[in-house]
Amino acid sequence: MQFIKPDINIDFTGKRVKGFIFSISLIIISLVSLLFHGGPNYGIDFAGGTLIQVKFTQSVSVENIRNGLSTIGLENSSVQNFGKHGENEFLIRTSTPEMTGEGFSQSIKESLNSSTGFEPEIRRIEMVGPQVGQDLRKQALLAIFYSLLFITIYISGRFEMKWTLSGITAGAMMSAVYFLSAFNVSIPFVITAALAVSLVLFWYLNLKYAMGAIVALIHDIFITIGIFSIFGMEFSLPIIAALLTIIGYSLNDTIIVFDRIRENTTHSRKLSMEKIINRSINETLSRTILTSLTTLIVLFSLFFLGGDIIHDFAFAMITGVMIGTYSSIFVASPILLLTSRE
Amino acid sequence: MKKITWRGMSIATVILVALIYVLPTLANNCWPHKKINLGLDLQGGMHLVLEVQTEKAVETTIERTIHEIKQELRKKNIKHLGVSHNSDNSISIQVQNQADLESVNPVIADEFGNFEVSSTQKQGEKRTVVLKLPHAEVVNIKKMATDQALETIRNRIDAFGVSEPDIRLQGENRIQVQLPGIQETQRAKELIGRTARLNFQLVDETGDVKSAETSSPPPGDEILYQIQEDPVTGATSKVPYLIQKRVLLDGSSLTDAKVMIDSQFNEPYVSIEFDRKGARIFEQITGENIKKRLAIVLDKTVYSAPVIQDRIAGGQARITGNFTTEEARDLAIVLRAGALPAPVNIIEERTVGPTLGADSIRMGLLSMVAGGILVIIFMVIYYKGAGVIADIALLVNILLIGGGLAAFQATLTLPGIAGIILTIGMAVDANVIIFERIREELASGKTPAASINAGFDRAALTILDANVTTLIAAVVLFQFGTGPVKGFAVTLGLGIVASLFTALVLSKSIFQSMVSGKKTATLSI
Repeated sequence: MQFIKPDINIDFTGKRVKGFIFSISLIIISLVSLLFHGGPNYGIDFAGGTLIQVKFTQSVSVENIRNGLSTIGLENSSVQNFGKHGENEFLIRTSTPEMTGEGFSQSIKESLNSSTGFEPEIRRIEMVGPQVGQDLRKQALLAIFYSLLFITIYISGRFEMKWTLSGITAGAMMSAVYFLSAFNVSIPFVITAALAVSLVLFWYLNLKYAMGAIVALIHDIFITIGIFSIFGMEFSLPIIAALLTIIGYSLNDTIIVFDRIRENTTHSRKLSMEKIINRSINETLSRTILTSLTTLIVLFSLFFLGGDIIHDFAFAMITGVMIGTYSSIFVASPILLLTSRE
Repeated sequence: MKKITWRGMSIATVILVALIYVLPTLANNCWPHKKINLGLDLQGGMHLVLEVQTEKAVETTIERTIHEIKQELRKKNIKHLGVSHNSDNSISIQVQNQADLESVNPVIADEFGNFEVSSTQKQGEKRTVVLKLPHAEVVNIKKMATDQALETIRNRIDAFGVSEPDIRLQGENRIQVQLPGIQETQRAKELIGRTARLNFQLVDETGDVKSAETSSPPPGDEILYQIQEDPVTGATSKVPYLIQKRVLLDGSSLTDAKVMIDSQFNEPYVSIEFDRKGARIFEQITGENIKKRLAIVLDKTVYSAPVIQDRIAGGQARITGNFTTEEARDLAIVLRAGALPAPVNIIEERTVGPTLGADSIRMGLLSMVAGGILVIIFMVIYYKGAGVIADIALLVNILLIGGGLAAFQATLTLPGIAGIILTIGMAVDANVIIFERIREELASGKTPAASINAGFDRAALTILDANVTTLIAAVVLFQFGTGPVKGFAVTLGLGIVASLFTALVLSKSIFQSMVSGKKTATLSI
């Protein structure tokens, strides 16, 4: 069986302007949403706070739960249905990290029991203090930065066989970070600056494959974060795990295409770079789509069957894999073409 | 006759070892007894991060030193105008004149050598010496406090009886406590978080509690409360006491604490036993203060304040206070384990009930099986015979992840299951890349055997590259992640390594053994 015929020949590089417009509009929408919401929507892992998951044996109203919570000073908490309908499960969140120490779960049980008439089962309590939240946020950002750093080193070294240059870029990135942290600049800004430095260096050192791969990577991560922001979904530790995996995984398709481009450049020197790139995309199109398809199959199964706790993680991965597949064709390769100066 | 190749042997060995490691998880009590550990999010349990307020330990040291300085000066008959605790944790000793200062100085040098004199101020005739703890000493006190808190908490949890608790330092002054499978989370938290500083202090019966409550207590006194519960309504009320600040005896002299049942009222109480020095002090206190009330104060709360009837020798006392048997048992545990050197705060808590954990396992496995079957069917439909090989590789891949988890004693978490599911998708990716290449080679007119060789050779590097980048992400995640996320990094990393093996070694061997020796074999791909 074959979805894509071997002799397929779509003019991908010719559609690059449309691709750019599409990507840029996605980025702008993401940016607007992030600005509008005042940054990413941090969950309690990063913002600090308390989350309580309760389950009732009978159906109860959110109103009654709220009433019960207000009797113990938790009137400012949000209550939402959780899980499938008819499961009578609720998620209670407060932004203030309650001191869950003294008789906390007992008082929650009692107040909800008196307001709803049923004793709830407390299935999960998560409390993150503000300091811990800040620490976790810092760690998460550093993790994103380091994976980008190491992948940049690997990509630039591996694709162009210029390990010295990739070392220089890495050194520049690290010193940019070191220099900026000395001035107590916030970490997101540091990461942006470090990435900007490395992109400028790629341009200057003519590391065009690395340039294409990293631009596509930033594109994927940023849009995934943007889509999360648009849907008002929360950033938690598992979402960071998903983002890092996307960083690693979305490169796969790019690597497949780039490997073929390198192979074809050595075989047919007479063709123009544009023709070679377009031919390579077409030749590898089948596997680019298939590899993403098999991964998407399992991710969708996780999304629909894996339960609510893992739901957002699966969503982030699905988004990332789709955008990663798109970007390897419509972002990474055109950037490579643009930076290939004869 | 097929030859047994080295590669075939090593593949068989790897699979066999993985099988051996996976077996104990599936069947009970089976060698090598290494089960796959389930994370707290899957088996239920409690994860706590406590912050030791080490600043308080430094303050306590300063307070104690002030007390000692006063005693020492009194003993040597040196007059002073006051020894005070400054806000920057330094101590000021004020004396009348230069002559007194000269007699104070050798005392400081001899007895309080761990302090340094940071300045000596003159104010007319008066002299003030300011003592400070050197930075290294402060660091040391904080470190000792954290270490001791860790040890104390460990002893308390051991006495409480939790199977396989994990208690470790996190950073400078944080303690991470993981109690898998624990049900009585509230009780455990109270047991762990309690400072348990036991003091014996006299009740000041000359002063008036009511007026002290509205204004301020007389010098040298403090107001502490006893919490009383109405046996009928269950309502609690606070009874104030005027207590002398001077601590006559504290919990550090305890050698034992156990729960006893009062034969008269059939109520549990905690019987405590002092060491020899403590027993002597207790005898002295009770002898000197007959008919006065002695308060038993635990963490600034009065438990009882009985009137001393007689001199008590033998070093035994009892703490009563309307306990339930459980409360009495927990109190005995914390008294035996000793007080925390400084109070602790719970700054992070993650508690998962056992039913939620079971649900997570069920749904995780369900989506894994469903996703796996879909992928397996897809591969067979799309690649026919080669798809079957990819499916075998996939199953071996999952087996290897399981074996790896057991062998490294890693912890499987809910995100970890997600990681396995993800690797199911990614493991076939490698096969897809190879198969597509083989199809291309076949289309260019090569024989099946040559196509297979070319396909694997050319795809190997691409697969390696693609997996290295994901592996980098997994390693970084492992470094930075905690708990569940770390579990994800582990399964993702294991899955990538396993899929490299199954795609580049296992699939290749199966393919080659299929076409070897046959000149005109066709390839089902």
